[in-house]
Amino acid sequence: MTFSLARASLIAEADLVGIAGARAVCDPRGVLYFPELKLLTVSDLHLEKGSSLARRGTLIPPYDTGATLLRLQAVISDYQPSIIISLGDSFHDGGGAKRMHSSFRERLEALMAGRDWFWVAGNHDPEAPADLPGETVRELAIGSLLFRHEPSKVRVEGEISGHLHPCARIVQQGRSVRRRCFAGDGGRMIMPAFGAYTGSLNVLDRAYAGLFRLESLMAYMLGTDRIFAISGSMLRPG
Amino acid sequence: MTELPRLADQNAAVVLPEPFVKWFGEKGWSPRAHQIELLAKAQAGQSVLLIAPTGAGKTLAGFLPSLTELAVRPRRKPGQARRGIHTLYISPLKALAVDIERNLGKPVEEIGLPVTIETRTGDTPAHKRQRQKLAPPDILLTTPEQLALLIAAGDARRFFEDLRYVVLDELHSLVTSKRGHLLALGLARLRSFVPGLQTIGLSATVAEPDELRRWLVSQNPPGDMAELITVTGGAKPEISILDSEERVPWAGHSARYATPEIYREIKRHKTTLLFVNTRSQAELLFQELWRVNEDTLPIALHHGSLDVAQRRRVEKAMGDNALRAIVATSTLDLGIDWGDVDLVVHVGAPKGASRLAQRIGRANHRMDEPSKAILIPANRFEVLECRAALDANYLGAQDTPPLVNGGLDVLAQHVLGCACGAPFRADDLYEEVRTAAPYAGLDRPTFDRVIDFVATGGYALKNYERYARIRLNKDGMWRVSNPRVAQQYRLNVGTIIEVPALNVRYVKAGSKGAASHGGRVLGKIEEAFLETLTHGDTFMFAGKVLRFEGIRENECFVSNAPGSDAKVPYYGGGKFPLSTYLAEQVRIMLDDPQRWKKLPEQVADWLRFQSDKSMLPKRDDLLIETFPRGNRHYLVAYPFEGRLAHQTLGMLLTRRLDRAGARPLGFVATDYALAIWSLGDMGAMFKARKPSLGALFDQDMLGDDLEAWLADSWLLKRTFRNCALISGLIEKRHPGQEKSGRQVTVSTDLIYDVLRSHEPDHILLQATRADAATGLLDVSRLADMLSRIQGRIMHKALEQISPLAVPIMLEIGKMPVNGEADETLLMDAATLVEEAMGPGMVDE
Repeated sequence: MTFSLARASLIAEADLVGIAGARAVCDPRGVLYFPELKLLTVSDLHLEKGSSLARRGTLIPPYDTGATLLRLQAVISDYQPSIIISLGDSFHDGGGAKRMHSSFRERLEALMAGRDWFWVAGNHDPEAPADLPGETVRELAIGSLLFRHEPSKVRVEGEISGHLHPCARIVQQGRSVRRRCFAGDGGRMIMPAFGAYTGSLNVLDRAYAGLFRLESLMAYMLGTDRIFAISGSMLRPG
Repeated sequence: MTELPRLADQNAAVVLPEPFVKWFGEKGWSPRAHQIELLAKAQAGQSVLLIAPTGAGKTLAGFLPSLTELAVRPRRKPGQARRGIHTLYISPLKALAVDIERNLGKPVEEIGLPVTIETRTGDTPAHKRQRQKLAPPDILLTTPEQLALLIAAGDARRFFEDLRYVVLDELHSLVTSKRGHLLALGLARLRSFVPGLQTIGLSATVAEPDELRRWLVSQNPPGDMAELITVTGGAKPEISILDSEERVPWAGHSARYATPEIYREIKRHKTTLLFVNTRSQAELLFQELWRVNEDTLPIALHHGSLDVAQRRRVEKAMGDNALRAIVATSTLDLGIDWGDVDLVVHVGAPKGASRLAQRIGRANHRMDEPSKAILIPANRFEVLECRAALDANYLGAQDTPPLVNGGLDVLAQHVLGCACGAPFRADDLYEEVRTAAPYAGLDRPTFDRVIDFVATGGYALKNYERYARIRLNKDGMWRVSNPRVAQQYRLNVGTIIEVPALNVRYVKAGSKGAASHGGRVLGKIEEAFLETLTHGDTFMFAGKVLRFEGIRENECFVSNAPGSDAKVPYYGGGKFPLSTYLAEQVRIMLDDPQRWKKLPEQVADWLRFQSDKSMLPKRDDLLIETFPRGNRHYLVAYPFEGRLAHQTLGMLLTRRLDRAGARPLGFVATDYALAIWSLGDMGAMFKARKPSLGALFDQDMLGDDLEAWLADSWLLKRTFRNCALISGLIEKRHPGQEKSGRQVTVSTDLIYDVLRSHEPDHILLQATRADAATGLLDVSRLADMLSRIQGRIMHKALEQISPLAVPIMLEIGKMPVNGEADETLLMDAATLVEEAMGPGMVDE
């Protein structure tokens, strides 16, 4: 096994999660890293969501793109991946890449330099982002893994997807805790949304019906500096 | 016309038109002195504040200037333009407006006045509102939100051009909230439309009448005040404390022990109004009363979460005197006058004088007869509180909260509203806004930042110029950039932010609501409570025990579950903190054993035990007890400063204790005390002066510690959400799409995080911090307390729990410490999985 140097000391055997034979780190910051492949994947960046809403009169702070890129920069500098896959809905709408402030565009391009960067097409951004490097693909197969934006209704082992923005909720001692999460059953994995303004949807919602083998469903809930692996049977809807 | 004699302090003669004199004569009444005085001042062109107890004929007094003027107004000639609104009446409650329509309609009809009176509230159908625009009534009864809407209409200036008077009812309750800020700005706008406009404020007794007097008139010149008329007296109410034969509980709020005694009182009286402080208490008391209601007396329930139709039925039954008792929360607090109530029972401690007076005023709505009231303390500290309240002749004392500066979020909403109405010049609007008392001190740079916020969000990063909602045109006027902005504004007007709540709907037991759409809606319950329920859990609502069946979209399905093991709804809202004045009275009483004689024997014994085992705090001291229990160490402080201030203190002390190495685990706060528990021996640490108690309670905790804690606190996020909604940063409602409460919550938390890390000085964060400091945190009260107790902290290191500490120790585990220990809970859940399945299981 070859770990990237920067992160090697931080990855313990027990932190690895199996997906169709491949092994990955569910990082509490919401990215998935495959050490053997030096591959980092991130989903639903929704860049320029702020300006997208502003066009319709909701003037929320224009700092989401900057905030999202800063966080992305941090994980990239930790793992130093060779391959980065952005799993779709990278921009909140088709015009997002064009609207992006030049300073943010430069920051993004600096992150992309020297790496294989794939833009998986999403429902918000079906076309390639304007004037940005990287390869735009509908889906991408690497080894036993298949990367695509929307999880397919027909079960595919090794599928890594996003789109649904999973979160999970538990109730302990009469109190409810809801967090974004990775949702997986050992065969497929749905990633949490990474963007600063992205909401989330409970993994027990109807939208996920039929996607998981319920008996082996796990929610890897994002804590401040660790992941909490919670068995599907402990989860609550809502 | 009859002219009454000149009043001594009045230059103008009072004109009471003949039909009024006749009407008073027929009724066998004569106008009361304050009614005539108010009329004289109004006729002399002055604005007036009338402070009077319930039953003093306030409503008639308030409307007399309008009615007398309308009575002698020449009739409209055919072909003459329709006249606009003559008098605007504004009340905090829709129900009050409806009630006034009825109460005012009667004399108008009997006197035979040619006056039209109509209400306009959120419930008024669109066609009627439309018609009111074309053919306005003489007197329009409405709410602050409706006024804001009327002002934001393009025809506002014309619509109000004939306005003479604005009557503001229950002014004391309007002015203390953001609704009051919005209303003050609305009044300023009306005054700019109609410079001679007069206001008449009607209020219960308040601590600082001058604040209200300034509020009523333009603050140009600064400090100008309305005339003041104060009606004193009214028969002193007969108030007693229930001297129960049962044991008074240590803790809790249910007062269940007193149910049979309360029931006995209901049987003895014609109609009893039972007030409680929270909706969950209302549910519980209602259940308990029906449990003992062997005579099946008609006893009803009324609170704000119940379905409107259900509430209207109860109100009607009250009006018809068909009920023997009504269990109610603050929804019935204000001046609504229904039925012949001859007893008010107040369950739980009064918490504040003005509130208690208002509630007791419900009994015998006639000023010259004493009202009768019984206080039912729910626990031992409440016994002290009730006794202190009565001993201090508390009803005469006045403890309404001081007015705060106008919110910037409210100002932002108003600025957009003004732009929706008509183009404005920033200079003019600034001058106008400052005539409103809450904004009299507003500086120009802040005002300009608010304009900038309304236009483009007011961010340092100028990204949104092309999406501006209002724009500065070449002629120096600000205008809305497109009509859609005005449409959105109208959907989102107002300052009342509802806690996300779901409809509660009946279904058959066992059905998850999938197939059937179920039965009727019982009311609304806060989402936060429902989140803690799981299928099959039972709880009390709408006077019934219900089983939770599930949630589908924005409805919660329930089935009937008659039984006694119900979880009671937990409501975030509706709890009032103990007032400063009352807290002091309790401390004084604790310090004076002579006064314990008036307490029930069991409570006096409790205090005597406390003196033996530990000590009682002197009136200006702070008592701190430390003791071990189980494998933990406890610190209990008794500041008596109210739950909010204690909660803030608890947060700050635990941070400090953590730094000092005491390893604190949690804390709990009540109105009277604060308990912190830790792994480290705090008692030993204080003895070794590492740290000393003086250092621990130093006022400097309100500096950096407060700042650091606040930044991450859920309290601030919740406050930010309100500011974001009120200011129009995000919408409560969007044309064609109703956002669910949850979506709004999620996005404002995210926005807060992003904004705080990128532009911490943004005007909305400034507004949020100001709000939190006055509202949820009660920082000023905590500051006063910390300065009072300097050098006056008494530490008692005990071997075991003291009698005084028992009530708060019983609260541990019952009260959630919101949002601060999420990760611990996740850890527990994750550990359970590992324990159950072994560590390797989660990997493959």
